[in-house]
Amino acid sequence: MTNSRKNRLKDKGFEYLGVACSLFGLVVLAIFIGDILADGLSRIDWDFLKSLPSRKPEKAGIFTAWTGSLWILVFTTIIAFPLAVSAGIYLEEYGGNGRWSSLLEVNISNLAGVPSIIYGLLGLEIFVRIFKMGNSVLAGAFALALLILPIIIVATREAIRTVPPSIRAASYALGATKWQTIWNQVLPASMGGIFTGVILAISRAVGETAPLIIVGALAYVPFAPSSPMDEFTVMPIQIFNWVSRPQHGFTVNAAAAIIILLLITFVMNGIAVYLRNKWQKKINW
Amino acid sequence: MDNHILESKSVNVYYDDMHALKNISMKVEANSVTALIGPSGCGKSTFLRVFNRMNDYIEAFRMDGEVLMEGKNIYHKKMQVDELRKSIGMVFQKPNPFPKSIFENVAYGLKIQGIKDKEFIQNRVEKSLQQAALWDEVKSDLNKSALALSGGQQQRLCIARALAVEPRVLLMDEPTSALDPISTAKVEELINELKQNYTIVIVTHNMQQASRLSDYTAFFYMGDLIEFGKTEEIFRNPKVERTQNYITGRFG
Repeated sequence: MTNSRKNRLKDKGFEYLGVACSLFGLVVLAIFIGDILADGLSRIDWDFLKSLPSRKPEKAGIFTAWTGSLWILVFTTIIAFPLAVSAGIYLEEYGGNGRWSSLLEVNISNLAGVPSIIYGLLGLEIFVRIFKMGNSVLAGAFALALLILPIIIVATREAIRTVPPSIRAASYALGATKWQTIWNQVLPASMGGIFTGVILAISRAVGETAPLIIVGALAYVPFAPSSPMDEFTVMPIQIFNWVSRPQHGFTVNAAAAIIILLLITFVMNGIAVYLRNKWQKKINW
Repeated sequence: MDNHILESKSVNVYYDDMHALKNISMKVEANSVTALIGPSGCGKSTFLRVFNRMNDYIEAFRMDGEVLMEGKNIYHKKMQVDELRKSIGMVFQKPNPFPKSIFENVAYGLKIQGIKDKEFIQNRVEKSLQQAALWDEVKSDLNKSALALSGGQQQRLCIARALAVEPRVLLMDEPTSALDPISTAKVEELINELKQNYTIVIVTHNMQQASRLSDYTAFFYMGDLIEFGKTEEIFRNPKVERTQNYITGRFG
C-alpha cells in the first residue's frame, strides 16, 4: 500500500469515526425517547393532565406537578431575570478591569460550577429558615434563581459584547449618558442573546430536582398551588416518585410525565433558537 | 482670524508612553471648514476627538493643556460632557446608524434630551433630513430600518442625526472614506452648504477633498502640527518642505 493511499484511508477513517461520535448521543436519546413513547404515549389524555395525584395509578394525573412547575418557572424567571441582567450589565459596562471586577468574575464562573444540591441547602437555610418562607413556591423559586443566575449573567455579557463600539460612540457623541446608551442602544440590540440565555437557563431549571427536594417540595401535594406561599411539587419530583413505586401502572404514568416534561423542554429550546435567528436576521452589523 | 469658536492651547496627548500630540495650539474659525490632514497615525483623528472628549473612553489616554470652546475650557471639572456634545456633533469614518428606523435614528438626540413634543420632533427630523439632502429619498419610508439604506445614504443619515440636536460645530472623521465617488460628491456638496450655519472640522486623507472643501488646513506629522493656515496658501505656497512633499504625494 502506498503512503498516500494510507493517508486517504486514515482521512476517511477519521471522518467515519467523527460521524459515529456525533451520532452516539443522538442514538441513545432516540432509543430512550422511543422506549418512553412506547410506554407512556397511550396514557396521555386530558384527564391525565387534569387529575390530581392518587393512590390508584389509572386515576392519578400530573395536574399538581405541571402547575407547580409552571409556578416555579414564572417566579424563578421574575427573580432571576432582573438580577442577572443587571449584574451582567454592571460587569460588562461599569466593572472595568480592576481587581474587584476580576474577583467578581472568577466567583461567578465558580457559581456556575457549584452542584445544584448545594443551592438547595443554601435555599433551605436562607429562604426557608431565615426568611421564613417555609416549603413554598417562593423559596423554591429563589433557590432555582440562584442556580441559574450565572448562566444568564454569562449570556447577558456575551450578548452585550456583540454590540459594536461604533454604536456606543454614536450615542455618546450625541450627548447621551452611559445609562441612556445602555438602555436605548446596547440592551435593545442585545435582547436576542439575553432572551436566548434566559430561556436556556429556565429550561434547565424545569428539570432540576435536587435543590427543590431539599427546599421542601413534596412528593405528594393534594392540591395545586394557588399562591406563591403554597406548598408545591414539580414534574421531575412526580416522575421520581412514580418510578420508585412497585405497581406497573405508575411506571406507565412516569413515562407519560417524562414525555410531557421533554415536550416542555424542547418547546422552550425551540423558542430560544427561533428568537436567536430572528434577532440575528434583524441586526446585521 | 478673530471669530474663532474652538481653540487648543498647548495640548499634549499621551497614550500610555506614546506622545500622540505634541504641544498643539490652534484656533478654529467659526462658520468655516477646517481640514486636518497628514499621514496615518499622525494624530489628526486624536486631535479631532479632543474637541468632543471622545478620547475619554480610551483607558490609556492622558491629556494636558487647554481646549476652549468660546473661551470656556471644555476639560474643566465642571464641564458636563453630555452638554458639550450637544453643541459639538460628530460624524464617524464608517456610517454607524443605530439598528432602528430612520426616524428613530434622527430623533434619538432629541429623545435623550427628554423632549417629548411629537410635533417638534417630527419637524426637526424632517428639517435635519432635508439639511442632509436625504429627505427626498426617504420621506415615504421613515419607519424603514436604517440598516436597509445604502452606505452613502447611511452616512447622510448620520449627518442628519448629528444636525438634529442643532450643534454649533460638526466634527467629521474621514466621513467619505467608506463611500463610493457619487456618495462622496453628495456628502462634499452637503459640507459646502452646511458651513453657512455650522463650523466644520474634517479629517481627510484625500488632498483634493481638503483643497476643494476647506477654508483652513492643518498639516500634522508624527504628533506635531507642522503647518496651519488658509487652505489656498497651504496648497499653493507651503512654508515647510514636509507639507509640500505630503500634499504633492511624495510621501504619505
